[in-house]
Amino acid sequence: MTPRSAAAESGDYAPPGRRVLRLGPASWAWRPRAAAVSVLAAAVLLALFARALVAFDDYPMGIAEVVRVLLGGGDDGQRFIVFELRMPRALTGALVGAALGLSGALLQGIARNPLASPDTLGIGWGASVGAVAVIVVGGSAGGVSGAAAQFGVPAGAVAGGLAAAFAVFALAWRAGVQSGRLLLIGIAVSLVCSNLVYWAMTWSDVQDAARAQTWVTGSLHAADWERVGAAAVALAVLLPTALIAARTVGALGLGDDTALGLGVRVDRVRAGLLFCAALLVCAATAAAGPINFVALAAPQIALRMCRSPEPPVLASALLGGALTLGADQLAAGLFPIQLPVGVFTAVLGAPFLMYLIIVRHREARL
Amino acid sequence: MTSADPSTPAPAEGARLRAERATLGYGDAVIARDLDFALADGAVTAVIGPNGCGKSTLLRALGRLLRPSSGQVLLDGRPVGSLPPREVAQTVAVLPQAPQAPPGLTVADLVSRGRHPHQSWYRRWSAEDAAAIADALRMTGMLELAERPLERLSGGQRQRAWISMALAQGTDLLLLDEPTTYLDLAHQVEVLELVRELNTEHGRTVLMVLHDLNLAARYSDLMVAMRAGEIRACGPPAEVLTPELVAGVFGLDSRIVPDPVTGGPLVVPVGVLSPDRT
Repeated sequence: MTPRSAAAESGDYAPPGRRVLRLGPASWAWRPRAAAVSVLAAAVLLALFARALVAFDDYPMGIAEVVRVLLGGGDDGQRFIVFELRMPRALTGALVGAALGLSGALLQGIARNPLASPDTLGIGWGASVGAVAVIVVGGSAGGVSGAAAQFGVPAGAVAGGLAAAFAVFALAWRAGVQSGRLLLIGIAVSLVCSNLVYWAMTWSDVQDAARAQTWVTGSLHAADWERVGAAAVALAVLLPTALIAARTVGALGLGDDTALGLGVRVDRVRAGLLFCAALLVCAATAAAGPINFVALAAPQIALRMCRSPEPPVLASALLGGALTLGADQLAAGLFPIQLPVGVFTAVLGAPFLMYLIIVRHREARL
Repeated sequence: MTSADPSTPAPAEGARLRAERATLGYGDAVIARDLDFALADGAVTAVIGPNGCGKSTLLRALGRLLRPSSGQVLLDGRPVGSLPPREVAQTVAVLPQAPQAPPGLTVADLVSRGRHPHQSWYRRWSAEDAAAIADALRMTGMLELAERPLERLSGGQRQRAWISMALAQGTDLLLLDEPTTYLDLAHQVEVLELVRELNTEHGRTVLMVLHDLNLAARYSDLMVAMRAGEIRACGPPAEVLTPELVAGVFGLDSRIVPDPVTGGPLVVPVGVLSPDRT
């Protein structure tokens, strides 16, 4: 056994680049670099949020006036603009982006592959199939309105997304999940689902198709407080869950065998984390439609900034929120007509995907 | 063909980890049927045998990485399948063959993950964790390389880093699946010297799968020879390594001479006996 004296001396050991925090029975080792990145991301997120409240649409309102409205002043028109238009939209953007960033971090961790995301695993398109089915079927049955619009579309998104996630993992399962097979099947399911969406849109009448098209591109136009609430609840439950699970994701990163040897119930943990990630994607998709690439890009940007081996959970969520808010402001500000946010996250995200593939290819060659 | 009775390893006084009538395989393919094995406490045991003989399968079953399709693996008299995985992981550490790590993972990151079975969601870096990690790094001589990413280490250093992780787990039993694969001879000796030291100075019980018969003989107290899912011999290297056994297990004609350094058995190959060995 280990000599006790040596053990006592090394009880304060902390590896380079980490600080140890102990409070009673609780203890953490944290990285100043990752903490700094999280603080920076939070600052950017807040700045973009503030900008969204002050200057978003054509309605002229200075900072002083917005502050007065926030403090309870201003006229009815100003209050409406700030509380009913700008704030729900900014909050939805931030929450949806955070949920997507977080889901990407979890999926990339459990698949051990930077290309794993709701987009490549079919979850996003699965949610779209569910939502578009409700729009089209509901539409042909007399227009999406009332309860159908409020609950039907989100419920369809959740059902479709969870079904796709389940299908992908069930098909990829063969005494464990291997990430190459998972991605191939995920991409296949994505393609099937995206074609189902386009088929449904072709088949439906013009008005429903237009409504479905707006929804499929991903948009924050229709943000309201109900959607903010749903996304906030999902994130409030699942972010702490993800932070707690991060330790086990680290063990999973060493491969199934090593993780089993470390006492991790590999299959159960992976299924649980997948369910969390899928729920996050469904909540985000229900609130704003499918927003591409945030879940893929945010965790990889966070990983590179923090220089951590796995996508850092908190920083991924914060950067996802910032990326989505940023894309929405670009979408709203650059062109005379308002483009949906989904267009811009894709424009920002597609080159990044290519960059990732090229870098990964080079790493494999080294 | 057998130089010792396979069911009772000669110097084993106790065996905390044992397999009883275990049938092992993957899917429908059975690798070993009704296997009995007891891992001698406080010793270094080396498993040898040709490719595909079931050495790694046995190790994986003992380490709870593979569930026997019948029979059982017992740890301290209790079936491992019914014990909480965490509890097993506090007693038995397994180092799988060719383990993988994400790019950029540092030695310290890797070794600290060995503490997983001792941690909880709020207790992630206790004084015991810090001590175990520092000790594991010190024992393997990796303390100075703690901040190095794994991909920037030599093969021998990388293997020492992985062994550190298993050591940080703080278990009495250590199962190593081919810890010297892909290493040059000097690095193989380096890793095996470390294994020896872990046993003699830190009292760890070690089971390792090795390919090199002479290194296995030199660095183990007990050798287990397997062929086609069966244990053909089990005992001290001098008793196990006979020309008959090497011929029967590997299909190799050989002479056994005294090792000029230790006096132990040294296998000198003469030629292949049967071309159809599996």
